[in-house]
Amino acid sequence: MQINLKVWRQENRQAIGGYKNYSVSDVSEHMSFFEMLDKLNNELVRKGEDPIAFDHDCREGICGSCGVTINGRAHGPLRGVTSCQLHMRSFKDGDTLVVEPWRAASFPVIKDLVVDRKSFDRIMESGGYVSINTGGTPDANAIPIPKIDADAAFDSATCIGCGACVAICKNSAAMLFVGAKVTQFTKLPQGKVERRERVKNMVAQMDAEGFGSCTNTGACEAECPKEISLTNIATLNKEYLKASLC
Amino acid sequence: MNWLTTFMNSSIGKKFTMGTSGLLLCLFIAQHLVGNMMLFGGEALFNSYVATLSAFKPLVRIIEVIISIIFLSHIISGIRLTLDNKRANSSSYNVNTGSETSSFSSRTMAITGSVVFIFVIMHLSTIWYRFQLVHGSGSYYDIILGDAVGFGNPIYAAFYVVAMILMGVHLKHGFQSAFQTFGVSDSRYKGLIEKMSMIFWLVIPAGFTWIALWFGFIAEAI
Repeated sequence: MQINLKVWRQENRQAIGGYKNYSVSDVSEHMSFFEMLDKLNNELVRKGEDPIAFDHDCREGICGSCGVTINGRAHGPLRGVTSCQLHMRSFKDGDTLVVEPWRAASFPVIKDLVVDRKSFDRIMESGGYVSINTGGTPDANAIPIPKIDADAAFDSATCIGCGACVAICKNSAAMLFVGAKVTQFTKLPQGKVERRERVKNMVAQMDAEGFGSCTNTGACEAECPKEISLTNIATLNKEYLKASLC
Repeated sequence: MNWLTTFMNSSIGKKFTMGTSGLLLCLFIAQHLVGNMMLFGGEALFNSYVATLSAFKPLVRIIEVIISIIFLSHIISGIRLTLDNKRANSSSYNVNTGSETSSFSSRTMAITGSVVFIFVIMHLSTIWYRFQLVHGSGSYYDIILGDAVGFGNPIYAAFYVVAMILMGVHLKHGFQSAFQTFGVSDSRYKGLIEKMSMIFWLVIPAGFTWIALWFGFIAEAI
């Protein structure tokens, strides 16, 4: 199949970017979206042109490194799929795909489709951990945890921190990400101990990084490749209100 | 009070102000609709209802001030949040797919809220203001149904209908969104919140709309 691409190209942080059109021929429907970009990049390198920069690592949908918007959808048109796990069979011969980097003031473009997501790292540094002494590895049944809490904590912990929630939010809010990180700890005994300071510090850092605030449109939940639920934002709000007011 | 300042200036604190003031305003419009329904009881009933309220003027004035403060805090926190969010979202996508991932009502809160604000200002400067001038045998009922600023004026009645429909769109997202902000939408109350939401976004705006349609257009025609 033949795929037409309109890709955001930007030399560096300071440069003013723009769209550039490409056409990729002989694209197999079995190729992943990134393998198609690899093919294009090989052709660009052969012609002596600068290849398109994009973030990727595991290409198995679990590391959270990748992320581009394709025709305005974070990670492309499928639900619950990362950019790297998107395959070209999702598109038709002759399709034109507009490929853009995550767009948010707190995710500045480094080059082409690569954005700086260190703001997420700084939020995690502010409280996304357990610092109490939890001792050695206990037997699995030593600390009873209700299954409903264990499952909820696991669901939240599946957040890979890719930033799709911020990218698609009209307010560039990071509350789904922060909500997932707060919830995964809050549901578990070891995490509960520091819940109050954790949520206050993480929200303060989130605000300091310049992320917007949630208007509960639900776009983040719809686009999250790990299908993190909006209830994580409700939990974040509840934890923050309790920590701040009670 | 440092903790309170920190909270009120945080993104979630601003949302909390937005949600709390919004829900209090919902209670006000529910009460307002009950009062408006008295119009169906005829001139004597409606006039005696407003006259009874006027008998408690100092209390009514205090409540009016409180409602004004709530309304202003809703607007101010809305403007603050909107400005913060505009700063956070510095550039837009070439392809915008908001309609595929979020509801119409959630994306148009600022627009629907602004129209309701214009309506409230107009409503206060016409109906509310004229009510304050009524003394002795004056009829509140005639002001409401009159040609000057009441439902007898088709332009005013039509704008009233449009404003009430947009208020319904605003509350379709706003009511349940407040509970999400309070963190209770993930609990066993979810079903109850959805049912209550329908009362506030559908039943109450429909009640106001019906009054405007009935007294503005239908009652005269039949």
